[in-house]
Amino acid sequence: MKLMTCPVNGPRLISEFVYAGELRPAPDPATSDDDTWADYVFNRSGVAGIKHEWWCHSPSGVWFIAERDTATDVIMRTFLYRAPGAAE
Amino acid sequence: MFAAHAQLRPSYDVVIIGAGGHGLASAYYLARDHGIRNIAVLDKGYLGGGNTGRNTTIIRSNYLTAEGVKFYDESVRLWKDLAQDFDLNLFYSTRGHFTLAHTDAAMRTMRWRAEVNKHFGVQSEAIDAQAVADALPMMDLSCGGRAPVLGALYHAPGAIARHDAVAWGYGRGADRRGVEIHQQTAVRSIELEDRGSGPSVVGVVTDRGRISTRKVLCAVAGATPQLLAMVGLKSPIYVHPLQAMVSEPLKPWLDPIIVSGSLHVYVSQTARGELVMGASLDPYELHSTRSTFDFAESLSMHMLEMFPFLSDVKIVRQWAGLADMTPDFAPIMGTTPVRGFYLDSGWGTWGFKATPVCGKTMSYTVASDANHPLIEGFGLDRFRRYALTGEKGAAAVGH
Ligand SMILES: Cc1cc2nc3c(=O)[nH]c(=O)nc-3n(C[C@H](O)[C@H](O)[C@H](O)COP(=O)(O)OP(=O)(O)OC[C@H]3O[C@@H](n4cnc5c(N)ncnc54)[C@H](O)[C@@H]3O)c2cc1C
Repeated sequence: MKLMTCPVNGPRLISEFVYAGELRPAPDPATSDDDTWADYVFNRSGVAGIKHEWWCHSPSGVWFIAERDTATDVIMRTFLYRAPGAAE
Repeated sequence: MFAAHAQLRPSYDVVIIGAGGHGLASAYYLARDHGIRNIAVLDKGYLGGGNTGRNTTIIRSNYLTAEGVKFYDESVRLWKDLAQDFDLNLFYSTRGHFTLAHTDAAMRTMRWRAEVNKHFGVQSEAIDAQAVADALPMMDLSCGGRAPVLGALYHAPGAIARHDAVAWGYGRGADRRGVEIHQQTAVRSIELEDRGSGPSVVGVVTDRGRISTRKVLCAVAGATPQLLAMVGLKSPIYVHPLQAMVSEPLKPWLDPIIVSGSLHVYVSQTARGELVMGASLDPYELHSTRSTFDFAESLSMHMLEMFPFLSDVKIVRQWAGLADMTPDFAPIMGTTPVRGFYLDSGWGTWGFKATPVCGKTMSYTVASDANHPLIEGFGLDRFRRYALTGEKGAAAVGH
């Protein structure tokens, strides 16, 4: 079976992981208009490419980011999420 | 069976991208019913080589929403005399369709679907475990003790058909009426102009040259996001592979089509005796038609829970197609904010059965530049309006 590397637990079977979609910046719900919000809720970048995605290692509950090519399924790297501007 | 055309003409009245069932059916009805014959159907691969030739051919109309039930019911009606229309055997075979319920929640959805279906005159009924046992004596109703069957939604019109023949029939019918089918012709970009009233289509650039046209119908299933990017439109469509497999041929033993949402299995037996089997979508985005062993393994495991006597039957083929999924499991069809760009997409894992009605409604929409009344619930703008057409309860596992 295909393997994925959890940043905490190391390489595990891909069936242990849950995919949760592309990492996308959320607009501010307090200031964005309806069209902007609907765009965020529904629209996706459906074209194949190298994307940053949310994944979860479900046995341990670790959420992290995978950089993956959605044309070839090659996983470039995985790492824990750090919010923009968060301290080192 | 089809005329080969050495060159593209400099212009066509309509260019259809995608020579799958949907594109070819649209060409056929444009030529037959609307008198528009100066049409090119382009395909980057070969005719019927996309999801049309990869699907597991289940035809049914037992959906959940009013929009869906009316639409698919019209399709089932169109299927019935299609072989006559084409003078070609489509192996259309009405089998009856059982969607098994293994939980109270599933039973509730079955009753809901049965009521919506009956309201629109579609034959569907919720049946109990005893009725399932009587109808399907070959099945282990306890499913290995893990997920006992509580009942089912029974849909008598459920059918299967020969997928390749559908593409050939529509293709040949269109070809005979003067439509040009160009295989091995990939669309690279779409030319737009904007004279102040918004963008409109003026041409299509292919790897075999440029074509002038004012109308483009996009029917490319898993390639829809790429085509939308060419005209600058956004959509909620996301692409996951859907896999399927078949067994070696067996003597006929399974007449109806059986679907189990809880066990992630659906199965039917073809006229050749093969069991055609599938499951739900692959769990993450991927634009590759690779097959996985995990799929064959887990699908076989669930098949054996239902039919333990199949344990020494061999799997002979496995494949995948790219499903253009939508958040509400309903298609995205009709006119778009780009004038002259018509969309037939979001067909995900459920669009084969809709091939005839898509051809009918999209040909009308392209010819008259106005959405056919039957597709009004399926517009791209429904997301912006938060007016979804929620079909998930009827389309997530059973295709
Ligand atoms: C495994 C599997 C099982 C399924 N089971 C069922 C089922 O039981 N019942 C059901 O109703 N539906 C089912 N479906 C869904 C169904 O197969 C599709 O919704 C339907 O066949 C779509 O038909 P289409 O003509 O729109 O697309 P396709 O048949 O995929 O045709 C699209 C064509 O567009 C071409 N194309 C793409 N990009 C370009 C380009 N840039 N330039 C030129 N051409 C291009 C492709 O080569 C392709 O031939 C299943 C799908 C799969 C994958």
